[in-house]
Amino acid sequence: MSSLAPRSDFPILLAHPGLRYLDSAATSQKPRAVLDAISAYYSEDNANPHRGAYELSVRATERYHAARERVARFCGVADADCLIFTRGTTEAINLVASAWGRANIRSGDEVIVTGMEHHANFVPWQQIAFEQDARFRICELTPDGRIDLDELRAMLGRHTRVVAFNHVSNALGTINPVREIAAIVRERSDALIVCDGAQGAPHIPVAFDSLDVDFYAFSGHKMCGPMGIGALIGRRGTLETMPPYQTGGDMIEFVLDYRTTWNVLPHKFEAGTPNVGDAVGLAAAADYLDGLGMDAVRAHELALVKLATTALGDVDGIHIYGPPPEDRSGVISFTLSDIHPHDLATILDGDGVCIRAGHHCAQPLMRRLGVAATARASFYIYNDEADIEALLGALHRARGLFGYAGV
Amino acid sequence: MPESDSPGTSLATLYQEMILDHYRRPRNRAPLPDASITVERNNPLCGDLIQLSLAFDGEIVRAAVWRGQGCSISSASASMMTQAIAGRTFGHARTIAARFGAMLSGDRAAADDELLGDLRALSAVARYPMRIKCALLPWSALEEGMLGKRGVGDGG
Ligand SMILES: Cc1ncc(COP(=O)(O)O)c(C=O)c1O
Repeated sequence: MSSLAPRSDFPILLAHPGLRYLDSAATSQKPRAVLDAISAYYSEDNANPHRGAYELSVRATERYHAARERVARFCGVADADCLIFTRGTTEAINLVASAWGRANIRSGDEVIVTGMEHHANFVPWQQIAFEQDARFRICELTPDGRIDLDELRAMLGRHTRVVAFNHVSNALGTINPVREIAAIVRERSDALIVCDGAQGAPHIPVAFDSLDVDFYAFSGHKMCGPMGIGALIGRRGTLETMPPYQTGGDMIEFVLDYRTTWNVLPHKFEAGTPNVGDAVGLAAAADYLDGLGMDAVRAHELALVKLATTALGDVDGIHIYGPPPEDRSGVISFTLSDIHPHDLATILDGDGVCIRAGHHCAQPLMRRLGVAATARASFYIYNDEADIEALLGALHRARGLFGYAGV
Repeated sequence: MPESDSPGTSLATLYQEMILDHYRRPRNRAPLPDASITVERNNPLCGDLIQLSLAFDGEIVRAAVWRGQGCSISSASASMMTQAIAGRTFGHARTIAARFGAMLSGDRAAADDELLGDLRALSAVARYPMRIKCALLPWSALEEGMLGKRGVGDGG
């Protein structure tokens, strides 16, 4: 099985021919088209947008505007002004927790997250709940690593103010049924629904307008875009009634001596000079992924993760976490005998195989799995069967080094 | 990828028998009811956790035990460290710690220093910058333990 995207589209894979990059859940590699788009923006169109009356500034403003429309189209948002550019998922979730949370969460309310959240969708809620004297609750998981929907049903009620969960777990790969969860929440509460899409948007077709969540957040760097840009998508009504997150330039309408009024969406939530260059890069990433087709991206990852699960499943002493491969994105999280994941990662690196080892920024999940760390291989559009073979070979080598027979 | 002649031989040195033995049969992993001080150290990046308990006799480390979870490198380092420092004066323990640190920063003379005894088995860690933290984790607990002793006077 070959890669979905030509490996030659990715300069870093050409620069390191032996590299087996299996850590795309942490960050993806970038196709040349994205690097070129960023470079072209700075070479040809750069100026501070929204400010100058001169033509170059107008051009920068147009590029920024067009980038927003392009990214909005990528994730099925008709009203592009409801897509706020942020530094990434972390900033997007903090924006909601802080701006919406301070204004709407009150003493006695309940904020619900799940036991599989990335710290970025856990700590901001834990902290805002603490600040607002609300109750922070954690919905537990089923033994095979899914959100326990029965428990969620039982937790919901008139006190529930927020329900935050990820679209796809970065540590297990579990794909959560977003629409079903949203329906359950709506039926039993008036809670705000926040979906962490950091591992969703890069890997699965996303149509925000039909997901029925209030907010969806993602990071550009995990979907072929540059680091430093991501987005928060919200609903117009919610965004318009929310107070701003940060204040300063660009986000204001009038600054009076003792009072300020806010700019319209999306600017109200984008204080300061925006990251136009990376927004343009993210738009190029959306072009690139749509060029492959997000359905094809999903199908490719599914094929790889099935292959990997079967191949790794035959290795003596392996334990794979999470649901069966059909319900996972291109992630395989595992432990191997008594070999600590860090030792595994070091040994695999000797063969040029890059995997992640550790708690994957999900310590609450690791506690629930009863492990300190796991090893995680994650696949994307440039991975192929040879990557899985290299992974498998390196795992056998690790077993050999640790004195296990039958290599 | 670490630089070395061949990743195979260098990994075999890193994961040599002695390291795996200390990883699988850790020494001094027992409670220490009369500990003078207990220090916890973790590496938030990887979740390694080490709890070091020391019993002092004046300026002598009378006993050192540890608990915790971690990779083979941090575990073997903790296991060997507790053996190396038990019965030593603070001064001597610090000398060993300094030589160990030098060995991990690539000092070849330190890697041959008899003073380090079995700890020399960890010399290959120097070639894996990402793993040096693991090997040093118990040692930073030791340093804090000995400083803490100073701070609170004779706690033993
Ligand atoms: C599920 C999930 N949520 C949030 C984040 C945080 O993303 P970022 O670091 O780009 O803000 C990540 C990235 O690791 C993630 O995988």
